[in-house]
This record gives sequence, structure tokens and C-alpha cells, in this order.
Amino acid sequence: MREITFGEAIVEALYEEMKRDERVFLMGEDVGPFGMIYIANPKLWKEFGDERVKDTPISENAIIGYALGAAVTGMRPVADIMFSDLLMQAMDQIVNQTAKIRYMFGGNIKVPLTIRTSIGGLRRAAAQHSQNLEAFFVHVPGLKVVIPSSPYCAKGLLKTAIRDDNPVMFFEHQQLMRIKGPVPEEEYTIPLGKANVVREGKDVTVVATSLMVTRAMNAAQELEKKGIQAEVIDPQTLKPLDKKTIFDSVQKTGRLLIVHQACKTGGFGAEIAAMVAEEGFEFLIGPIRRLGALDVPVPFSPKLEDYVVPNEQKIVKEILEMVGA
Amino acid sequence: MVHESQQMSGRDFKESGENMKLEPEKMIGMYQTMLRIRRFEEKVMDMYARQLIPGIAHLYIGEEAVATGVCANLKSDDYITSTHRGHGHCIAKGGELKIMMAELFGKTTGYCHGKGGSMHIANIDLGILGANGIVAAGMPIAGGAALAIKMRKGSQVVVSFFGDGACNQGAFHESLNLAAVWKLPVVFVCENNLYGISVAAKRVGSIQDYYLRKASYGIEGCKVDGNDLLAVYEAAGEAVSRAREGKGPTLIECKTYRWRGHYEGEADRTFLYRSKEEIEEWMKKCPIDRFKKYLLEKKVAKETNLKKIDEQIQAEIEEAIEYAKNSPDPNPEDALRDVYCE
Repeated sequence: MREITFGEAIVEALYEEMKRDERVFLMGEDVGPFGMIYIANPKLWKEFGDERVKDTPISENAIIGYALGAAVTGMRPVADIMFSDLLMQAMDQIVNQTAKIRYMFGGNIKVPLTIRTSIGGLRRAAAQHSQNLEAFFVHVPGLKVVIPSSPYCAKGLLKTAIRDDNPVMFFEHQQLMRIKGPVPEEEYTIPLGKANVVREGKDVTVVATSLMVTRAMNAAQELEKKGIQAEVIDPQTLKPLDKKTIFDSVQKTGRLLIVHQACKTGGFGAEIAAMVAEEGFEFLIGPIRRLGALDVPVPFSPKLEDYVVPNEQKIVKEILEMVGA
Repeated sequence: MVHESQQMSGRDFKESGENMKLEPEKMIGMYQTMLRIRRFEEKVMDMYARQLIPGIAHLYIGEEAVATGVCANLKSDDYITSTHRGHGHCIAKGGELKIMMAELFGKTTGYCHGKGGSMHIANIDLGILGANGIVAAGMPIAGGAALAIKMRKGSQVVVSFFGDGACNQGAFHESLNLAAVWKLPVVFVCENNLYGISVAAKRVGSIQDYYLRKASYGIEGCKVDGNDLLAVYEAAGEAVSRAREGKGPTLIECKTYRWRGHYEGEADRTFLYRSKEEIEEWMKKCPIDRFKKYLLEKKVAKETNLKKIDEQIQAEIEEAIEYAKNSPDPNPEDALRDVYCE
């Protein structure tokens, strides 16, 4: 199968959906000739022009509000917010408006709005351009939350998100943008709410998201050498969440480690841990563990940033302790 | 004493449109709309005091000419975004009183099936993109609806209603700038009623004539006596035409006043921030009385006609109350529906 980058996969998904449905359009900062900050690919603008690939002022609240207004009156906008940090400028429109408008209006309105944004850090961009804020949005009924980990799932999930009649928050990791992976030439989509068992194993279940899937896979290979079989699960969508795949795995392995790059406290790992403790306690042969970033703002200096983010060594260490090796 | 910021004069002041040629039916229709708003709000006041309406209600009494004069320029497929003080806008845009009342009562027959209440009345078929509990939040949504119209090459327009308080929100700036840049078919209508809850606009605003901000965005704009129905109608008419012709947005500021408190139930604190005299002064400038006088003087209608209109409206409101009272409550588990669509 051909290999393309995560960024190319995103562009392909947008391109195909814009070709498929003329109501789909992209708006945001630097999405035009500049081709989006991380993706750096002007293909969309070259094909569709200013009319459907709209550069906006630096007005995040208006980007979301305008996209919402267009969505409820018949368009299918994709709003691009450069960093998840910048979503904070648009919180009213996301949390108080977009998420609730259908419900407040008694179900008489559809909100086919996709909000793409980037997370991740590890680019030494410090505390305001590195955050992983996906968990905030899982807390808000009315939103769906998607967090792909590979070019393949980025493309398939984004196409589904755009076709969804509900608002979808779509978190793309900055460090994954130039990572290549197999993506079929032919059309495909991936349903929201379906986890991906990236690697099967019998000793421990590792639920990881985004870049941490890569790190969990590297750690699993390392553990393999010691005879430990880790099962790695990528939920792909945090909301709706595929609980069954996680429960099935924990039932098999009896151990659960959750790894995400967002800060540990109040991170999505807490939700998965609570869910398994509530509904799958009898499957467990040891305590659930969580690995998230240390609870500090993301620091600038490489030595500092690397210290706070989960990595392969930390994952291996955690799992070795869990299996008592 | 007239508040100094409500000066009805100056370069961009739109004079009363009393010399306009209007069909008598159109004028009677607008009178009817203003009165329907007034009587509806009076009934809500009463029901609220009797604790038959739960939650919060912000009444539009005193400001009826704004919603009426603006919406009289709109077609059924044009859009509006409204505010927390939204009953008047919804009625003027075609909202049915009984369905609105049912919503205020939290009944399944309401516009939002009891999920929204006073602050969230909406109906996409009527072009009402929602009353809104967040100050200025309707402004970018209105801009987005206008963007969709422009992308579809449609001829509809969008009106965004907001208050003086919204003028100091970031969303105001972001929305006007983008609407101007993209030349969108949207009319921004500021209802300057002098107070954001209890805080006088003059205490927290760097200027008192918010329409002057049109200059910041390079767009057209004016101020108008918001209690003068015909002046509002004419100013909005020009703005709506400009929008329909693809000439971009307009910022209209309507100088007006709310007679009631910010919310029903405020009564005991009303005089902490404004005087009885001030309220009475504005009540003398009642937009409905003013227009009624005009209709009689110009012999557009007779006292008996207008009285009959009032009686019909009162009957309609009694029906609305009966309808609301007799409508079923939602089942508790209905709370779980409509979060997402399938």
C-alpha cells in the first residue's frame, strides 16, 4: 500500500469531502495559500480558492461562531483553529453555543460542524502552544471528540466527522504531521466510537491516544523482548467511547495502563480508569495505572519538556511494575 | 430628564420616517405586532409573579418599536439572532404566541419542547436562530448565517439584535470586522436601553453612541430613536436593502429604554441604579402610544379599530395561556433526548 503523511491524509480527506459535497468548506487562520501552519500544503486553496478555503482574521471566537451560523443554515463547515491552546479564545462559541444549540432548541436543528485543531507540543513551543486540551471537550455534552494517531485513521475519521450532523472536535498531533503511514488509494471511512486494537497481547492492556500510541507501541516491542505481551488500544474517539473493546481487553489481560500526553490530573485517563473501576473491577488483578504529563504548564527547554511528557522508558517501567517483573 | 447619551440629534441621526408612503395595512400590521409584544410581556409578568413560569424572564416592554420596525422589513426566510430579552424579536419574526407561551411554561408543545425556555426560543422555519443567554454570542452566529447565504448566492438577509452591553464584548468586534471584510448580508441592530443589568452604559462604555464604531469597520451605520417605529422601520429598510443588494453590513443603534427590571423579580432593587423619574420619563415616550397617536392623527385607523385589535390580541393571549397550561409536561427522561442527532 502507498504511504503518505498524516498531514497529506488530512488534506486528502478535506479534498475528497469538498469534492463530494459543495456545502463543505474550510475556514481558519492561514488555511489559504499558506496551506495551514503544520500541514504546509496549499493544495486545497489551489483547487477551491478563497470561496471555499477561507483565510480569516485572528478571531477564534468569530471563526467558530461564523462556522456555527453557517452550519445551522445548511452548510457543512470545517473550522481550523491552529492550536488547541487557541480554542480557549472560542470557548463560549464551542461550549455554550455549538454544543448546546441543538438541545436548547428541542432537537429541531442540526449542527454539521467539524472543528480541527492541533495538539502535542514537543516542538519547544512552551506553555501556550503545546497543550493537549481534548479532555475539556469530552466534559461537554453535545460534542464528539476525535483524536487520531496515524495517517490512516486521520483520513478515515476526518471524512466521517465531516459527514456527521453533530459538532465534532478533531485533535491532530503536531508531531504526527510528517509521519508516514499506509493509506489506501480507494475511498474509506472509519466510524466514530470504534476503538482500534493496534497490537494484541495477553499481559496488560495499554489504552493510549494520539502520539502516545506510537510510544506505547515502541514500549510494547521493548517488553516483547522480556516476554511481556502488551495489548495496545487506540480509542480513536473519546466521545463516543468504545467501551466494549476496552472491557474485552481488560477482561483478557487483567491489567490496565492508560497513557496520554495531556496532564494526568483531570485527563481522559481518569475517565477510563473510573469506568473500568466501576464496571469492570472484577476483571482486574492489580491497580489501574495512568501515565500523563506531569501537572505543570508545558515548559520550554527541551530537557524540561521531555521530562514531563510520557515516553517509552516511562511506559516500560510502569508495565514492568504492573506485571511484577 | 433625558439621559445625555440618548440625544436624538446629530449628523447620523435618522429623522422620523413619518413622511414615508406606507400602505395602511402595513402600518396597522406593525401596530398589531407592537401591541402583541406588549400584551404578551404583560401576561408573562403576571404569570411570572404567580410563579406559573419557572426560571428567568427578561421583558421587552418599552422596546417594542425596535423588533417590530426591523422585522417588518424581513421576509419569512430571512434570519434573526436574538438576545436574552428575546420575546419581542421572536413575535416580530412570526413566532406563535401559544407555542412561545408553552415554551415559557416548560411544556412539550413549546418551540423547544421545554428544553430552552425564555432565553432560547428558536425556530429554524421562522428564521429565528435563537434567543441567546450569552451577551453578544448571537453576533458571530448571524455572521455565519450571512456567510452561508452569500456562499449559496441567496438573497436572504440576517439581522442580529443585541444590546448596549454586547458592544463591549470581543464578539462584537470580531463579528463586525469579519462581516465587513466579507461584505456579508447582515444588519447589526443595537438596542441601547442604557443599562447592562444594573450598570449604566455611561459608567462602563468609552463612548455612548455605539453606532460610531461603524467607522472602525468601514461600514454604514446610523442612530435612530428606538421608540419611533417609523424611524426604525425606515433605517432598517435601508440597511436590509443594502444587505440584499450585496453592499454589506450596517450597524444601527436604536436608542430605547426598558421599563421593567433587567429580569422579572428585580423590583426591589430597581431603584438602586435608576430613578423612578427616569423610568416615568421614558414611559411617557411609549412607542405604542406614539404610533397610535400617529395612526389616529393621520386617519389611518379609528379608535374603535385599534380597540378591536387590542381585544383580539388579548383573546389570543388568553388562548395562549390556556394552551400552555393544558399542554403536557415533558417526561423526565425526555431530558436525555436531542443531545445528538442520529
